Amino acid sequence: MTQATMAHGAQRAAAPVYYEDVIKKFVLAATFWGIVGFLAGVYIAFQLAYPVLNLGLEWTSFGRLRPVHTSAVIFAFGGNVLIGTSFYVVQRTCRASLFGGRGLANFIFWGYQLFIVLAALSYVLGYTDGKEYAEPEWIVDLWLTIVWVAYITAFVGTLLKREEPHIYVANWFYLGFMVTVAMLHLGNNLAVPVSLFGMKSYGLFSGVQDALIQWWYGHNAVGFFLTAGFLGIMYYFIPKRANRPVYSYRLSIVHFWALIFLYIWAGPHHLHYTALPDWAQTLGMTFSVMLWMPSWGGMINGLMTLSGAWDKLRTDPVMRFLVTAVAFYGMATFEGPMMSIKSVNSLSHYTDWTVGHVHSGALGWVAFISFGALYYLVPVLWKRKSLYSMRLVSLHFWIATLGILLYITAMWISGIMQGLMWRAYDEYGFLQYSFIETVEAMHPYYVIRGIGGVLFLAGALVMVYNFFRTIRGDVRKEAPYETTAAVAARG
Amino acid sequence: MASVEKDHVSGQDTTGHEWDGIKELNTPIPKWWVYVFFACILWSVGYWFVYPAWPTLNSYTKGAFGYSSRGQLVGEMEKAREARASWEGRFTNASVEEIAADRELLTYAMAGGRALFGENCAPCHGAGGVGAFGYPALVDDQWIWGGSLEDIQYTITHGVRNETDEARIGEMPAFGRDGILSTQEINLVAEYVLSLSGNATDAAAARNGEEIYLENCAACHMDDGSGMRELGAPPLNNNLWLFNGTKEGVVAQITNPRHGSMPAWGLRMSENDIKLLTVYVHSLGGGE
Repeated sequence: MTQATMAHGAQRAAAPVYYEDVIKKFVLAATFWGIVGFLAGVYIAFQLAYPVLNLGLEWTSFGRLRPVHTSAVIFAFGGNVLIGTSFYVVQRTCRASLFGGRGLANFIFWGYQLFIVLAALSYVLGYTDGKEYAEPEWIVDLWLTIVWVAYITAFVGTLLKREEPHIYVANWFYLGFMVTVAMLHLGNNLAVPVSLFGMKSYGLFSGVQDALIQWWYGHNAVGFFLTAGFLGIMYYFIPKRANRPVYSYRLSIVHFWALIFLYIWAGPHHLHYTALPDWAQTLGMTFSVMLWMPSWGGMINGLMTLSGAWDKLRTDPVMRFLVTAVAFYGMATFEGPMMSIKSVNSLSHYTDWTVGHVHSGALGWVAFISFGALYYLVPVLWKRKSLYSMRLVSLHFWIATLGILLYITAMWISGIMQGLMWRAYDEYGFLQYSFIETVEAMHPYYVIRGIGGVLFLAGALVMVYNFFRTIRGDVRKEAPYETTAAVAARG
Repeated sequence: MASVEKDHVSGQDTTGHEWDGIKELNTPIPKWWVYVFFACILWSVGYWFVYPAWPTLNSYTKGAFGYSSRGQLVGEMEKAREARASWEGRFTNASVEEIAADRELLTYAMAGGRALFGENCAPCHGAGGVGAFGYPALVDDQWIWGGSLEDIQYTITHGVRNETDEARIGEMPAFGRDGILSTQEINLVAEYVLSLSGNATDAAAARNGEEIYLENCAACHMDDGSGMRELGAPPLNNNLWLFNGTKEGVVAQITNPRHGSMPAWGLRMSENDIKLLTVYVHSLGGGE
């Protein structure tokens, strides 16, 4: 490394202009879509408990609203958080202004919002290519491809003109996320349109090959969109908020490459005991098991970065969101490999246990790390001294946590019960329960799940209020959290 | 490196890199992490040797255990078939009446019938046969097509108003839609029908409806409203209603009747399974 050529340390050049206006838009869009997505989730959760809420209308039926919920929370909420934070992080950790400037950034912002609106509208109107988490039809997919190429261009362009000698670990994860998502998006959406001006298309693959491509996509949407991308957020906002160095540089390298290499193989575990050849099921399962430690590398680095700053859990509710997110991440990435083991999967597959597993990751990890990052960003971007209220952040934290716990425990009970009921035989070898009896048995847990969702949504609305007042420039009169020094002084 | 420094909390050196104020410690990778990672890899490699794992040019490695999920399924199905083989023989040779009379066969049939009913019949007839709007309850003693073992066996095997020739058939004329009766007449006869079960809302109208009933309805539903099983005409002289038992519902049924249908389960199930179901349904409430 030739230090002399690098603007570093004492010779640090004046800070470049960081484009933050567009990041504000991403923050607002993420908040808005978050509420839309959580609301849709609560609504369809109650549809499962009370089918009358389908209203007998095609547009409000579960089948059409479910992709609205999943796409709104993953791609609209999560996607806006990812793109917004990545633009914030890449500029600051590269000490370079965003490549392409305001024009490209605004194209990416508005282009991405258009994609979201087109996707949601087409689901409600009944257009879908039937691929879970990749439901938009071909024309919407093409538009997303254009926006995504623009996004990668802006991000990589900024990396290339960086003023720092090394690329920060958060940016590796962001880059891994956006490159892999591009590959997954193209691979899974290969389709032949029926006509030039019609929405309908047919996928290039059929049968079990189509299923394998779909779950190669589906699992890596979890792996690279919801894991790698949000690890990028974790690697910036946790050390920044804790004001502590990252625990282990070496661990970050090893777990990054191990995660990238192993995750891409894990998809077939979604197709255990299907027409998928046994050898592919074996590979999907074993690579999922090998993925356990590489996933936990991120958890260790996130939690251990707190050494020397654990008191912040008490004094800083934003830190609580970030750290609890990492704890949920650790739990979900243990549960995942366990559920990929065939004998466990034969019980858990097709049950609510899977739904609970996904939500412990989605609510606990993805949403909590996002909330933490958003609470960090809002006062910084709008140049406010502080958030309107830290007590409200704490309130949000506790109701959301309670909501998640209700959700995932209800789904564990309902899922495991469902799996056990499906495989119960009587003394003569006849099935003990009919399908409809298992559905009846799950009803109370569906209600509890819905209540958990209401709490989670309520917490997010508290956040919206907090943002609104913060941006207005208000500061709430409230007892501040005690600093460690104050506690020590009091004895 | 620019500025390696010691972190006083952990005692570790930093790497000397810094981004936007963020530094990194040069902490070695935790030993337990490495060991568990290696253990997972070793376990996976071992698994590849004993189970089908890697594709080759035109096949795949089969693994030492000789496992295949299809083989596992075939084995389990075979075991289940063997466990049932002795029972199957006894059921093939027995009539439904004989099964109902044999304590041992009856117990087995009840267990099997309950499972078959849950998977195949409950979606329409309700869990436990409690019935639903338009789908007769099977727990009471009113039988549209007959409640003896033989009748039930026939109904399950051939179904009701479906595409097969042996299906039970009966159709009520659309008295209103086809202009056989006027709106006024339908109103009167509906009151009379309701009066058969003591539910008339207008006694005078009910009296005036009697003649219309005897001319148009009694041929199938009988003079006293007790119904006729050969044609599937339900009794009208009790409070069990297949559709809507209100005045409005009765008028609707006379005007433009609904007819339920039921699949011919003989096309989908083995004869023995239908025997189990027959005995089970017969036992639910009022088997005759």
